[in-house]
Amino acid sequence: MNNPAVPLLELRDVNTHYGAVHILKDVDLAIYPGELVCLLGGNASGKSTTLKTLLGMVTPTTGEVVLDGEVVTHQSTSYRVERGATMVPENRRLFKRLSVRENLELGAYLRTDRDGIANDLERIFELFPRVKERINQKSGTLSGGEQQMVAMGRALMSNPRVLLMDEPSMGLAPALVQANFELIQQIHEEGVAIFMVEQNANMALSIADRGWVLQTGRVVLDDSAEALLANPDLRASYLGEAGQG
Amino acid sequence: MHLGGLRCNSTTVTLGTDVATTHDAKRISRVLWVDRFLTFIRLAFVVVIAVGLFAFIAQQIDPQNPLARWLNPDATGLTAPQFKGLLVTGLAQGAMYGLIALGYSMVYGVLGFINFAHGEVFMAGAMSGMITSNKLADAGLWEDAFLFCLAFVVITSILISTAVAVIMERIAYRPLRGAPRLIPLITSIGVSFFLQNVSVVLLGPGAKSYPSLPTWLSQKRSLLGFEIEGTKLVVLLTAAVSMAGLWFLVERTKTGKAMRAVAEDKEIAALMGIDVNRTIVTTFAVGGAMAGVAGILWGILFRSVIHTTGFLPGIKAFSAAVVGGIGNLGGAMAGGLSLGAAEATAPLVLLEPLGVDGVSQLRDAVAFAVLIFVLLVRPSGLFGERLSEDDRA
Repeated sequence: MNNPAVPLLELRDVNTHYGAVHILKDVDLAIYPGELVCLLGGNASGKSTTLKTLLGMVTPTTGEVVLDGEVVTHQSTSYRVERGATMVPENRRLFKRLSVRENLELGAYLRTDRDGIANDLERIFELFPRVKERINQKSGTLSGGEQQMVAMGRALMSNPRVLLMDEPSMGLAPALVQANFELIQQIHEEGVAIFMVEQNANMALSIADRGWVLQTGRVVLDDSAEALLANPDLRASYLGEAGQG
Repeated sequence: MHLGGLRCNSTTVTLGTDVATTHDAKRISRVLWVDRFLTFIRLAFVVVIAVGLFAFIAQQIDPQNPLARWLNPDATGLTAPQFKGLLVTGLAQGAMYGLIALGYSMVYGVLGFINFAHGEVFMAGAMSGMITSNKLADAGLWEDAFLFCLAFVVITSILISTAVAVIMERIAYRPLRGAPRLIPLITSIGVSFFLQNVSVVLLGPGAKSYPSLPTWLSQKRSLLGFEIEGTKLVVLLTAAVSMAGLWFLVERTKTGKAMRAVAEDKEIAALMGIDVNRTIVTTFAVGGAMAGVAGILWGILFRSVIHTTGFLPGIKAFSAAVVGGIGNLGGAMAGGLSLGAAEATAPLVLLEPLGVDGVSQLRDAVAFAVLIFVLLVRPSGLFGERLSEDDRA
């Protein structure tokens, strides 16, 4: 249904400032329908700002944000969420005092199609049977892994075409990180484009199609996942000496 | 003294090598001193309550018993019907405090500051009720169709109070969003004085009265073994209906879900597509509506309003919100009811048998003593959650 040649979400020549601090410098990136792409970078490289700019929590000083062919640089976050972009925030940020069900319902806050919402809820129960077991529990009482499932479910409830994920493996027990990446792949296979920001470069590149490397606000590498995994500079700085590729 | 000496000895050994030890020792000893003082106050509270109750019970068993005589020769004792009467009066006032407390608690939950001008929102409700009810009385409707008039008065006062709360948010608080929390707090005190003075300018400085209530309403009737005046029954029922409505709004509607989400995390609430500003306005509006209802209840109970009417009930309702656990709506209502019951019954139950003079004038002291006691024993309030590091800022 989507023309694969038209990017779903795009940053065109974006510069972002926090006060006098120049965060993003001439960033250009495009996410195409159905892709799984990742953005790598160290601390303070501008990864989170890139996500916030894409979703309108930060407005760029120059440049454009394009969602499905429409320039949305000055549109609100909810405008963009309504048109198919959403995010799983860093550290999940569930509404801890609300039940799991209420968290999921809030994901569908802007939707009015009751049948579609009910269908998506069923879909999420199939994807995460654990979420169904915990549906009436306060989400603050869940384990880290379960919270991650609810956070992904909440994002999926807005029926997105592109899902942004901010550090999905952060704060998870090492045993859960692998399972988490498998879930991301599973969501991707349902046809949702995924844009993932990760510190765990090895793991992220092993499931991604393409990737970018951000350094002090500038895109320094833009290549396929295999090429990035093989890149000697990247191996040295992010994958560590023992990067198994 | 002795302990202090020991500590000095231990620090002199390390003096010059580790200065931090001296500082640590000083800090620890100061904390201990404060702790001891607080424990003393806690104990004093418990002793007053225990001895007071003991004296009360002794007096009930034998009005002539030597203990009662010795503590307070004039003590008359309290009969069961008198106690019930006091309790109902306290609960009726407490329900009113609870309705006001909801506004403090909701705004705190969403914006994290105490809106001290909320008492004036309540006063605005009471004033508008005074105007409309007098107009209705002039038209001769007040006595004949009282319940219809009451509904009309309540609705207009809800509208006025809601408008005051919403305008206040828009003009005074929204420009300060993101400023340190102390700033809107101080602003709210300014807004409070401003609204009092607006009332003086518009309506004059004197006390104004509500028309007298129909006699069938103020009659006592028995209910569940209690002799309840009709007015207090109306007050309790109105408060119960308002509280049920509020509970439904907050727990069962999409707006309520949005309010709770905004209270917890504004950034993520916006990511869900919730209009955070509109939700904050809704919170002020709902709190204002509850204060409007409370204003009418004040009018029914005391039949007199003045521009400073909002002050004491406002501070007491704030205490009720803290007693119940600020940010918790059920807690605000429970805090209001228990504060009202305590201030009505405690002077005669606890203080009179202890031989305190002029107990009936001590209700305000009792209300704030309850606040201090709860803060000493359970700082998060009866139903409150522990505040996170972030909330305490």
